[in-house]
Parts: sequence; structure tokens; C-alpha cells
Amino acid sequence: MEQEEKEFNPKIVAFLCNWCTYTGADLAGVSRLKSSPCVRIIRVMCSGRVDPSFVIKAFKQGADGVFIGGCHIGDCHYSEGNYKTLRRVEFMKIFLEEFGIDPRRLRLEWISASEGDKYAATTLDFEKQIRELGPIQLVEV
Amino acid sequence: MVTVNIDGKNVEVLEETSILKAAESAGIWIPTLCYSELFEPYGVCRLCTVEVIRGKRSRLVTSCNYPVREGLTVLTNSDKVKWIRKLIMELTYSRWPNVPVVKDMAAALGVSEPRFKSLEQDLAPDACILCGNCVNICRDVVKASVLSFEGIGIGRKVVLPYNEQSETCIVCGACAQVCPTGHIKIKSLEKERGALQDWYLGPKTAINIPTFQAVPRVPIIDEKSCIKMQTGGCGVCSTYCEPEAINYEAKDEEIEIEVGQILITTGYQTIDLKQMPQYGYGRLDDVYSSLEFEHMLNSTGPTGGTILCKDGSEPRAVGIVHCIGSRDENFHKYCSRVCCMYALKFAHLVKDRTPAEVYQFYIDMRAFGKGYEEFYKRLLDEGVNMIRGKVAEISEGYLNNGDKPYLNIKCEDTLIGKFREIPVDMVILCPAIEPQFDASNIKKIFSISQSPDKFFLERHPKLDPVSTMTDGVFIAGCAQGPKDIPDSVAQASAAAARILSLISLGEVAVDPIKAEVMDEYCSGCRMCNSLCPYSAISFQEEKKISYINDMLCKGCGTCVSACPASAIIGKGFTDKQILAELEGILSV
Repeated sequence: MEQEEKEFNPKIVAFLCNWCTYTGADLAGVSRLKSSPCVRIIRVMCSGRVDPSFVIKAFKQGADGVFIGGCHIGDCHYSEGNYKTLRRVEFMKIFLEEFGIDPRRLRLEWISASEGDKYAATTLDFEKQIRELGPIQLVEV
Repeated sequence: MVTVNIDGKNVEVLEETSILKAAESAGIWIPTLCYSELFEPYGVCRLCTVEVIRGKRSRLVTSCNYPVREGLTVLTNSDKVKWIRKLIMELTYSRWPNVPVVKDMAAALGVSEPRFKSLEQDLAPDACILCGNCVNICRDVVKASVLSFEGIGIGRKVVLPYNEQSETCIVCGACAQVCPTGHIKIKSLEKERGALQDWYLGPKTAINIPTFQAVPRVPIIDEKSCIKMQTGGCGVCSTYCEPEAINYEAKDEEIEIEVGQILITTGYQTIDLKQMPQYGYGRLDDVYSSLEFEHMLNSTGPTGGTILCKDGSEPRAVGIVHCIGSRDENFHKYCSRVCCMYALKFAHLVKDRTPAEVYQFYIDMRAFGKGYEEFYKRLLDEGVNMIRGKVAEISEGYLNNGDKPYLNIKCEDTLIGKFREIPVDMVILCPAIEPQFDASNIKKIFSISQSPDKFFLERHPKLDPVSTMTDGVFIAGCAQGPKDIPDSVAQASAAAARILSLISLGEVAVDPIKAEVMDEYCSGCRMCNSLCPYSAISFQEEKKISYINDMLCKGCGTCVSACPASAIIGKGFTDKQILAELEGILSV
């Protein structure tokens, strides 16, 4: 029997910081800009709240891509949170590769509250990239 | 008190008063040329000579520096005095026949033609008459001692040290002020001294009220020009101030006030027009920024409201250029909102006060408010030339008939599709409105955000233009974005109302999103202590665990994700909550 190829709709989880990226996404919506429908947003107060274990959990539960959005460096609403995020994402990319997950499936972007267009463009670009990478293949241990 | 007899009148005065002052108090006039209230009498012009009789002796003395004594008899108009006075006047007049103060004094004393011809005759109307006023004021009041006399007899003159511009001279202008003939000239002061970058058609004092419409209407002292602050001399203003309100020692003070809410209305600055040399600002005469022209138009300005070019002539044509630095890919992409209307106001006032032609160079005419469009229509009727196009360059032009140079405006007239060169005598530039230079510092102090154009970010562009993302901090006016007076007033009222409504509550609800350390789980590793940007986490020595001050905590959650034991709860965004969200959104 031929297996019908299910259409691949990437599942992208986005952790967005409340002050900048979340507001930027809101602006994109208010401005009626086209952004990726595959992105599922979880709001956090600061991108520094994002625990690496959330990212792992997300991939484990079937996310094809994880996007973290925060304020521009130097502009963090809580002054330094995004520096911690930057460090953690660098580190996460290294151990994601160890776990057999393509590090390109994790993206960190700084998007401010008035950059609705950047949010829209970034999500569309990330969706395109995930489509190219295909659905995530997790190794059962 | 001492009693002296002057011209038969008995006058009672304080001891050590000069005869001149004593006579003045009795209403008797004695002529002087070198006398001034500002410094010790010098007695060099000799015109104040009077006859003094003490006992049987009669002498001729200068009344300006002769102190009265009990029993003194003074004759200010005896034959002897009249004769000597006339002689002194003739000698003075023969040397300086064209100096106005000398001519006037000679006329007052009845001298028309001097009998002598001076070897050192100086025909200049602003000749130095060796009165010594400049030397005295520089030495006694300014305490700089730059000028002094040199030479003796007929060769005497006033000089600077080594006849060169002196470093000790603080260019206060006191000497030029007291010189009775105008012999001393001070070169352009305003660029070197004084913070106000105005041009003045005349000297301004170091203590002054910046404009007549200043609020509060209290004088300020310009440190660089003030003699007292430079050399410790002068201080004349404080002797005249009755309530003794002048304090030269006043320094900036830092005061701490506890408040519950803050309203930021730090305003704007205009773009630096020197960045755009093609418009000639700072390079060509008569190219003004809108604020400078506004100052000229003001009846308390340097010309009293008359519109004049730098050389004092009336302009034959005026060009007003919109959008300098606004709507510009190279500078600011936004529109500065207020310029079209004030530029139209300028056009109207130029038309009203002068017969000049007015040329308006614009991209679009933004007349958005009440009565604004009607005002624009009115200007079209008044004959203002509207040219829709940008100005490329402003340069100097000369007509062939040797007329004074004009300003040549090279522009594009898009409505007729041609390039044009328009000669004018004055150009007014409308600079872009930008955020204050220290906006990013303010932003950091109050932890608010800036939009990409660097004005402060409002909580919502439509529904909440006066609040910021930070509770208790509000913004209003041009700090939030360029706007005119009615809109600034409206925003300020809105912000004030919001603040008052919170104050009237008496207590404020605080954001519940905070972090808390669970004592049982904390191992005391202290990794979180250094992470907090608000220094809210401290280490409790007795219990050997970390503790979060929930008044300082802003709820960012950085410590929550960093804790290796997951001992910190981020209220509102706990691990459990976020993981539940994750599960939920990935289940579909």
C-alpha cells in the first residue's frame, strides 16, 4: 500500500519576551502583516527566563523548530536578561548537535517592539528553513 | 558730619566726602571730564578745579579728590576759578577739537575758539583724551590691571603690555564701556564668550535675563563673561541688589526626592544644521534656522521685531525652506510635523512687515489642524510663491552692477518640471525635530524604551500614548514624538490626569509577577546572587540560603531559569505553567 505523504506543516514554538518581541508580534498583527502560521507563541517576561530544558522539552514533544525572541542587546527591559539568553543559546547549539538535533532548528533573534515587519519576515524565513530541514527525527534510546 | 561753606551755602556732609560730591548734594554743578562713580577720583582732567579758602590762604585744587574739612570755604565760580577753568578747557579743546564730550564741555563753559594750537593735535572724533577711565576701571573694578599709562608729558598714552593683545585681558568690555570718546573698541565678543549662541546688535551684560518672556523672569550670570567669577573683581551687581539675591558661590546641588510616579517631558532638540553644508548655515550670512528667525521676529529680540539682514538692510526677498533633515533618507525619515505651519507663519509675518517677496520651498504642505488649511489658503492670496521641490544648494551670487551679494537658491520646481535659481537676501531653514541628545541616558535611568526614531516609546501608539511599559513612568510632549503646542498640552493633561488618578487611590497595586526562593530547596550555591540586574537577591548568612527582596524584584525570571536546583519560583511564569503551555500547543 502506498503511504499517503502527509503534508508537512512545521511546528515552531516561539518563546517571545513580553516587552519587545511579543509586542513586535502584536504590532505585526495590528499592521496586518503576513507572518508564519506555523509559529506557536509562548510569552515570557524576559528572554532570560527561557530555560534550556524548555527547548529540549519542546523538541522532545514534537516541535520542529524553536525560536527565541528578545530585546536588542543593550535594550533589555530588565537591562541584562538578553545577555544571559545569548550565552545559553550559544551553549545550547553545541549540545543540541550532540543530541543529534540540527542546531539550525534553534534560532535566536533580537526583535524590538516596533519591528513588526522584522518579526513577520523572520518567522517566514524560519518556516522556510524548517521546511527545508524537514520534520524532526528524534532518536529513540 | 562736617559743615563746609560752598559759594556762601552751608552744607553738611560726612567726613572724607570730596568737595565735588558735597557741591553736588547742594545742587551746585562742577564740570568734570575724567570723573566716574565706579572708581577712585583720578584728578587728571583738572576741569573740576575750585578755589579753597582756609584761614587767610586761598588755593586752587581739584574738587574731585579733595576731602572736606570742618570750616572749609569753597568757591566754585569765583573769577579766579572761571579764569583757570577757561584756560584748562582751551588747552584741552585745542588738543582734541573734534571729540564730542570735549566740544560739549567747551560749549558749556563758553569756549568757542581755543587761542592755542596744540603740537599734538588729534582731529579724530574718537581720540583718546587721556582721562584714565579705562586704566582705573581695569585696575580697581575688574582687578585685571591690563591697561596702563606710558610716557610722560606730551608723550603720554594708554597702552597694553608690550603693545600686544594681552592674555590677562578677560575681554569684559568694561574699558570700552567707560571710555567717554569711544576710542576703545572690542572685537566680536559673542562667539568666544557666553553660552547663548545668539547674535546681538550690541553688547550684552554678563548678568542678564535671557529673554523678556523668560519663566521665571530672573537674571542668570554667564560664568565666562562675569568679571567676578573670572578675576574676583567687580561684584557691582550685588551692591545694587537690595534683597541681596545674588550669590556668586552658588553651585549645582543634587537633591533626592522620593516620588511615586514620574512624568518625563524632556522635549526635543533641532538637528545640527552644520551637518548639511550645502544650505550654507554657519557659512553664509543671512542663512538662519527657524529658532533664530523666531528670535528676530520677537519684539524683545535684537532688532525689536524688525526683519533685517546682518548688514542692517531690509531683505528684498526671503526664501523659507521646509524639511531640512526631515523626510530624508540620510537623516530622519519621519516628518517633524510642526514646520509647515510655522514656516507659513514666517511667510505671513515677512509679508506683513516688509515688502519682500517670499518663496516657500516644500515637499507637501501639512496643514492638519483647526484653521490651518484656511491659513494656507490665505497665504496663497497674499502672494507667497509656493515652490514644490527640494532645495539643492544655497550659494552666494553677485549681480553685474556691483550690488550687494545675494543668496542664490538652486531648487527643483516639480510642478512646472524645471530647475530654478532664485535670488533672495535671506534664507530661513526649518530643521528637523529630534530627540534630546541625552535621551538614551534618560531611557536607562527610568528603564523605558525608545522607538527606532529614538523618541520614547509609548505603551500603545493608539490607545495609550502617554504611558510607558514601565508602571509609574509617563511621557508627554515632544519627548514622545514631534508635535505642536495644542497636542503637547493635550498629552500633558492626559498624563497628569492619569497620575492624579493613581495618587488619589492612596495605594498602588503592584505587579504580582515576582520571583521567590523556596527555602527548602535552596542549596546556598549563590549562583543567582550576581545575576540580578536589580540587586534584589541577597544571601542570608544565618540561614545559608538566598533571599529575594520582592520590592526590588521586577519579575524577569533570569534567576528562575539559572537556578540549578529549580529552587526559585517565578510567579505567573512557573516552570510548571510554561511546560503545560508547551504540552498544550504541541499536542495539536
